[in-house]
Amino acid sequence: MAVTTRRGFQEQLADLQHEILRMGTLVEETIDKAVRSLRDRNADLARQVIAGDDRIDQLMLEIERQCLELIALQQPLAGDLRVIGTALKIITDLERMADHAINIARTTLRLEGEQLIKPLVDIPRMAELVMAMTRDALQAYVKRDTGLAAGLEGRDDEIDNLYRRVFDELEELMKKDPGNIRQGLQLLLVARDLERVADHVTNLGEWVIYMVTGERRVLND
Amino acid sequence: MSENKFEVKDLHLYYGSFHALKGITMAIPARRVVAFIGPSGCGKSTFLRTLNRMNDLIPGVRVQGQVLLDGRDIYAPDVDVVALRQRVGMVFQRPNPFPMSIFDNVAYGPRLLGVRDRNALRRIVGECLEAVGLWDEVRSRLDASALGLSGGQQQRLCIARCLAVEPEVILMDEPTSALDPVATAKIEDLILRLKERYTIVIVTHSMQQAARISDYTGFFLNGELVEFGPTGTLFTNPRDQRTEDYITGRFG
Repeated sequence: MAVTTRRGFQEQLADLQHEILRMGTLVEETIDKAVRSLRDRNADLARQVIAGDDRIDQLMLEIERQCLELIALQQPLAGDLRVIGTALKIITDLERMADHAINIARTTLRLEGEQLIKPLVDIPRMAELVMAMTRDALQAYVKRDTGLAAGLEGRDDEIDNLYRRVFDELEELMKKDPGNIRQGLQLLLVARDLERVADHVTNLGEWVIYMVTGERRVLND
Repeated sequence: MSENKFEVKDLHLYYGSFHALKGITMAIPARRVVAFIGPSGCGKSTFLRTLNRMNDLIPGVRVQGQVLLDGRDIYAPDVDVVALRQRVGMVFQRPNPFPMSIFDNVAYGPRLLGVRDRNALRRIVGECLEAVGLWDEVRSRLDASALGLSGGQQQRLCIARCLAVEPEVILMDEPTSALDPVATAKIEDLILRLKERYTIVIVTHSMQQAARISDYTGFFLNGELVEFGPTGTLFTNPRDQRTEDYITGRFG
């Protein structure tokens, strides 16, 4: 017979996971808006993204406080301890993902009013993949789905390939005309930001696997 | 801040010439769990017992200062101590059921207060056993001796007996130190449920227990209340170095 004890603590753990999901959703929206601001050359949207960063940072600090208090007050062990340890690590990845989105929004502002040196094709494609990965990582976290988490590995490789393609293409454009260098570098940084976001998403996957199984698996080498 | 159930002002207690409590001033909020921790002999149990004048029973005890319950001093000369202890009940370290049936244990207090009606008693016993999560375990043997229950069941029975006289405050003096971890977890869950209706003050040797279940924690040392505050703050960022030393195990 399973006696449910420590109901209060179990509720607090559920709350914590709810907060992580809230932060994750906010970060996902931030990435989405940042990329759209670049694609649609929408400076207002970019400014909105930058202004929203404080809220994400606040949420991170709040979750961090919740985790430390739970450790101090509830003496969590085994699976419960992994849920809290995972939360502490995941919020750092989420916060960095948001920082990369902010970088992209800043680029939108820097390129405000300029004609692009090339149509954006691979960067929006990268963004789409990164968004889908982010969504699935959060889904894996909520559903404790280790299969979905492990699947992020192959998808990160796809991002890395796209990144190399964007790199080569921009390098060519810059070689051809030094007038392209300023914008070329900006777009390269955007691609780099997206590539880094994907790395953090694979970290999320690793943490989900750890939370559920207790094993550390490297999804991104 | 919610209303205060107790307000204690500059309370001193002496056992003969021994100064056991030194100027305790604090407020205990209503319908919260307040825990007291500290090394043996620090005064935490003595302080707990000042809240329903249990120390009166010890010869040579002298009390100075004020303990206000809902604004009225419980040490005032006109206070009816029996009525006080009905409002402020107590649960002890060792479960102490009376050597009588489960039913009679819970009905004892109400009968003492004059409840004679069988149906009324049955209702009270049922509700109190339900409240402590014991009803399903004992409903078929209410006439059996309470001494046949396990330690954890006995302790929950004692809490039910305490609830039967409709107290406002429940004092608990190390209520789980004689129990195994499962029975302890049940009592802790029960405490968290009871705080919706009652003010609970608990003395515990387990600071982990204080951390898990209390809203406010006080740390006693050598008869002084060194620190009192929200449990989350006291255990993550205590103000006093002595508190930090005690809760991190760096003590003497």
